[in-house]
Amino acid sequence: MFCVHCGLPEAEGDHPGCRGPRAALEPPRFCPDCARRMVVQVTPVGWSARCSRHGETTSAGTPALTE
Amino acid sequence: MTAAAERATTTDVLAVAREQVLDRGVGLTEAQVLDVLRLDDDRLDDLLALAHEVRVRWCGPEVEVEGIVSLKTGGCPEDCHFCSQSGRFPSPVRSAWLDIPGLVEAARQTAATGATEFCIVAAVRGPDARLLSQVRDGIKAIRDSGNDIQIACSLGMLTQEQVDELVAMGVHRYNHNLETARSHFPQVVTTHSWEERWDTLRMVREAGMEVCSGGILGMGETTEQRAEFAVQLAELDPHEVPMNFLIPQPGTPYEQYEPVPGREALKLVAAFRLAMPRTMLRFAGGRELTLGDLGAEKGMLGGVNAIIVGNYLTNLGRPAQQDLDMLADLKMPIKALSDTL
Repeated sequence: MFCVHCGLPEAEGDHPGCRGPRAALEPPRFCPDCARRMVVQVTPVGWSARCSRHGETTSAGTPALTE
Repeated sequence: MTAAAERATTTDVLAVAREQVLDRGVGLTEAQVLDVLRLDDDRLDDLLALAHEVRVRWCGPEVEVEGIVSLKTGGCPEDCHFCSQSGRFPSPVRSAWLDIPGLVEAARQTAATGATEFCIVAAVRGPDARLLSQVRDGIKAIRDSGNDIQIACSLGMLTQEQVDELVAMGVHRYNHNLETARSHFPQVVTTHSWEERWDTLRMVREAGMEVCSGGILGMGETTEQRAEFAVQLAELDPHEVPMNFLIPQPGTPYEQYEPVPGREALKLVAAFRLAMPRTMLRFAGGRELTLGDLGAEKGMLGGVNAIIVGNYLTNLGRPAQQDLDMLADLKMPIKALSDTL
């Protein structure tokens, strides 16, 4: 599993910048399965994030991404 | 002599502001704003209370609520050092376009919060034909969906022709932040100038759109430059000033900057209000990190009279309902759409 904020392995290191209050304001940027950078759309009430390999995840109520 | 007695025998900037700003509606000068920013922390509550009085006296009790969405994210050619959407920095933000159904849905979500403003934003130097076409189609689709929310845009620097196009589309307000003091701008952006931004704002005003221009605090500017910025915004005389506090973005040159301390941020909010008694002052990005929940309430009672609810462009905000509950607790009425038409 990879960190969705920095893309490094979750089990390696402390990820200090990924667990602070600033990170709580960030949607996921990296795929947790493969660490690819995802295409992310933030909307007023949510977000959607798409990995080219593993597909899309969304917070509730967010329309899917398009090209 | 007590501190209070000492103040009474000297020229106290808050006493001056009470007469000048509250009673006469004349904003503070740069030197006076600087005096406010240098006030001891033990005067903060007095400062906030005065700023709130000024806001209510010259702007009224209502709060304008707005939602924003990014139509085109990332890949921007400019080098604004605070921005995760610049293509020049190793930020994790990738390019994305929101399609028309997504835009209509975002406008619906915003209107559902009771907001009267919906701002469509794109990370660009200025709009090209494709982007303007997307904005035009998007606005039409929002209207066709029965949503009559007021629509603002933020699409970078404009030509006169583009300004006229936006007016024709029914865009009533245009956002283009001056971002920081003129003297500090070259340290923040090198790919265009503060003056180029000013030129766009001048055209926007002359075309009859409402001018929205503010900036980000916490980008390494000095206290003097904060006072300079407040007065430069006052000279612009915008309809609205969004106040952002830097969220240090991964991969940008400001990644390691510390967020503005809460008390400093509150002092800035109040000082900007005293510099611009009649301007809509909006809480925008970064307040969650800098002020937290309690500080946001203090800011609403310290000069702020508008708020972005929900998420921002690339960052998440707190849930819109939390802000709406805060306004209800503070007994602050939300500006109704009928008041804006």
